[in-house]
Amino acid sequence: MAHSSALIAEDIEGYLHAHQHKSLLRFITCGSVDDGKSTLIGRLLYESHLVFEDHLAALEADSKKVGTQGGELDFALLVDGLGAEREQGITIDVAYRFFSTETRKFIVADTPGHEQYTRNMVTGASTADVAVILVDARRGLLTQTRRHSYLVHLLGIDTVVVAVNKLDLVDYSQEVFDRIEADYRQLADALGIRSVTCIPLSALRGDNVVERSPQTPWYDGPTLMQYLETVEVADDSVDGPFRMPVQWVNRPDSEFRGFSGQVVGGRVRPGDRVRVVPTGTTSTVARVVTYDGDLEEAVAGQSVTVTLTDEVDCSRGDVLCAADAPAGAADRFEAHVVWMAESPLEPGRPYLLKTGTRTVQATLSAPGHRIDVNTLERVPAETLHLNEIGVCDLHLDRAVAFDPYERNRETGGFIVIDRLTNGTVAAGLLHSATREATDVHWQAVDVDSAARSRLLGHAPAVVWLTGLSGAGKSTIANLLERRLHTLGVHTYLLDGDNVRHGLNADLGFTEADRVENIRRVGHVARLMADAGLVVVVSFISPFRAERDTARALLPAGQFVEVHVDTPLEVAEARDEKGLYAKARRGELPNFTGIDSPYEPPEHPEVRLDTTALTPDQAAEAVVEHLRSAGVVPR
Amino acid sequence: MSALTHLQRLEAESIRIFREAVAEAERPVMLYSVGKDSAVMLHLAMKAFYPSKPPFPLLHVDTTWKFRAMYEFRDRHVAELGLELLVHQNPDAKARGINPFDHGSALHTDIWKTEGLKQALDQHGFDVAFGGARRDEEKSRAKERVFSVRTAQHRWDPKMQRPELWGLYNVRHNPGESLRVFPLSNWTELDVWQYIHLESIPIVPLYFADKRPVVERDGTLIMVDDERMKLAEGEVPELRSVRFRTLGCYPLTGAIESTADTLPAIIQEMLLTTTSERQGRVIDHDSSGSMEKKKQEGYF
Repeated sequence: MAHSSALIAEDIEGYLHAHQHKSLLRFITCGSVDDGKSTLIGRLLYESHLVFEDHLAALEADSKKVGTQGGELDFALLVDGLGAEREQGITIDVAYRFFSTETRKFIVADTPGHEQYTRNMVTGASTADVAVILVDARRGLLTQTRRHSYLVHLLGIDTVVVAVNKLDLVDYSQEVFDRIEADYRQLADALGIRSVTCIPLSALRGDNVVERSPQTPWYDGPTLMQYLETVEVADDSVDGPFRMPVQWVNRPDSEFRGFSGQVVGGRVRPGDRVRVVPTGTTSTVARVVTYDGDLEEAVAGQSVTVTLTDEVDCSRGDVLCAADAPAGAADRFEAHVVWMAESPLEPGRPYLLKTGTRTVQATLSAPGHRIDVNTLERVPAETLHLNEIGVCDLHLDRAVAFDPYERNRETGGFIVIDRLTNGTVAAGLLHSATREATDVHWQAVDVDSAARSRLLGHAPAVVWLTGLSGAGKSTIANLLERRLHTLGVHTYLLDGDNVRHGLNADLGFTEADRVENIRRVGHVARLMADAGLVVVVSFISPFRAERDTARALLPAGQFVEVHVDTPLEVAEARDEKGLYAKARRGELPNFTGIDSPYEPPEHPEVRLDTTALTPDQAAEAVVEHLRSAGVVPR
Repeated sequence: MSALTHLQRLEAESIRIFREAVAEAERPVMLYSVGKDSAVMLHLAMKAFYPSKPPFPLLHVDTTWKFRAMYEFRDRHVAELGLELLVHQNPDAKARGINPFDHGSALHTDIWKTEGLKQALDQHGFDVAFGGARRDEEKSRAKERVFSVRTAQHRWDPKMQRPELWGLYNVRHNPGESLRVFPLSNWTELDVWQYIHLESIPIVPLYFADKRPVVERDGTLIMVDDERMKLAEGEVPELRSVRFRTLGCYPLTGAIESTADTLPAIIQEMLLTTTSERQGRVIDHDSSGSMEKKKQEGYF
């Protein structure tokens, strides 16, 4: 129940003591004006005795003037704020209301439920522990019920109360209530909402809002107020590993260097090992400092200042984490994005992204799809407009600390800021880092490959020379490039040995490394071909699959596979670098042709039999192919 | 669920707001009105930056018409804390002798406070100003952001206000624009009083009942605080046991009859009475929805 006047009057000290130990519950109410949402909140405020006499006098006057209850108190008028919307009879933003009872203080995020107010509902839900979803008993589950449920679930609310309102208008029918409850549980299961409580009530009449209603003898669950006063909400971040985004480096003098921030996950004690993410350095907590003295332990929710035993590199934006369970660090993500601005998302344009206490530059891809909040279907989309939700790839200009949103809202949520207006244009939820670039869309540019070709006077191509070590690839490649150069063709030669000195210096000769070696060379060749060059690649590249992968990177016709076909015994007999001899002695493991296979191309564009052709003839045969393929002008 | 009490959670949130604003602001300032909300805000600022001092000055936009006890308290308390205090009195209002008796509460408040505040912010180039406003004070404030953007002309434009998700506050603003930041957004009047009690925060003695000279005008008890108070014919101040629920310019602030001279007694009285806090402020009665209008003009 609400404030007990008796206790206040007789034992204020006792009352204050109890009141100081109250907990705090934040909840969101979802529903439209028609569902009686404002009436319900107004009644909660009224019943908790937080409506003062002068407010009440104004309410009485307003009820007579614009009320919809025929002169009776219209509780909705208690909560409808800005002048303009009071006249329109709708609420158009998130309003925060407060009331308290003997055991709890409540912060209510009151949001309008219309589709075009997805932005507001998402904002209100972001800080709520519980959602109260209103359903009109006469109408049952509506499209908006599904929308509200999806959105609160998306934002991480797992505890939902369904207020089946206006039960007085269906004669307090248990049958109606039971059917709505069954329907809702089905919806909740489909969405994955874990805790659902349905309460039959009438906000207007006050049935089961605070006091149990004599009209619903068949209902033995809690009233709405009883439920709100007692519900325990599981919070993964409280029980999870320690997280504290550093807000401010606290340096009152040269002796003290502390990191100020709010603990948003787990707990921390002096002596705990911590890791600074994303920098990765580790240290040990020395003190947990507050104005009220050092703490033995700080828990999620507390704002503290932590000092470390070492002088580590740590600044605003970094996150102090439990060393044995640190947050991830990444610069590419897949994320749900809720667009909140009038001007739509511009894929590829730089925005600012703020997560925790760090702000970085970010570009967002075009969404793979957007989600229709009414049908929950995925719809193809080029961009996101106001109130639309989609899944986008994010590219950040540097790595940030993160946890999946499902595990920690504070380290998994972000906002997007327009660099020109500085407005907050979107919010999003991080789910996972994307290390593969497979989903990255090629940046659309005006100067394209065809334009460059026109300027250069020839088409691009990748001439890929494959063959055994000692087959003569390098010799032929060198002659080929000189020949093309004199013909006015812009070329570049990628040679196996040269690439391994730089770009691929980190790779050895295991099968995996050789595959990676070829993968990188394929991508470099592809970029150079896109730049307009005729790229001559001279690599053993023994595996068919890898060469086919390189081929697949290029537009049809641009990849020219050239098999420098020299029998093993001939190549080994030449052995200009003495490699075969070494390999035979076992000093070069995984040597192609000796103890590692060579898979000859099945259908190369050009096959050069080096036992029949001189190197010059071989090079000219490739040039002739490029002429006939239209790469090089005749 | 969090094991913290509601006051601990409110405190931690306010501290976070302070730190976030300071970390990103170029030139922050705290608006200090000497009232109980300012006292709580100042206490939270001391906590937020400890062991450092709050890295910003306090600004009192003065009207010269505050209670004498407020000036005494202000100077002593700020000196004790070792903070920098800036006092701004609108020179224009001074020159014109603007006062609540001759010019009415609306004009008085507009020139001294609203205009005075803009002058002071512009003069010092403050880009972030902390204010003690709460969402529970008035219906139009229920939707106010924690970080509220103001144009270069200090106007509140609803279109510029940003959605605020989680604890992620957007502190960025263009040159000339500024932010009003409200660390007490989610506190109620009851929270404020309980916190003052729990933390033993010093407040102006006027909040406690005492015998004070008052006259009754239009049903409001006005304290005769100095010789500038113009008494009507036959009006004689009488000593009554009164206190103030809110403090402002003494001619505009109504007292209530009370014997509550301790914090528990004040809280008890507050919970048992059914009159809301702002009723004691004369400015709210000027016209309906007047707070909303004042906000748009640049007053809090």
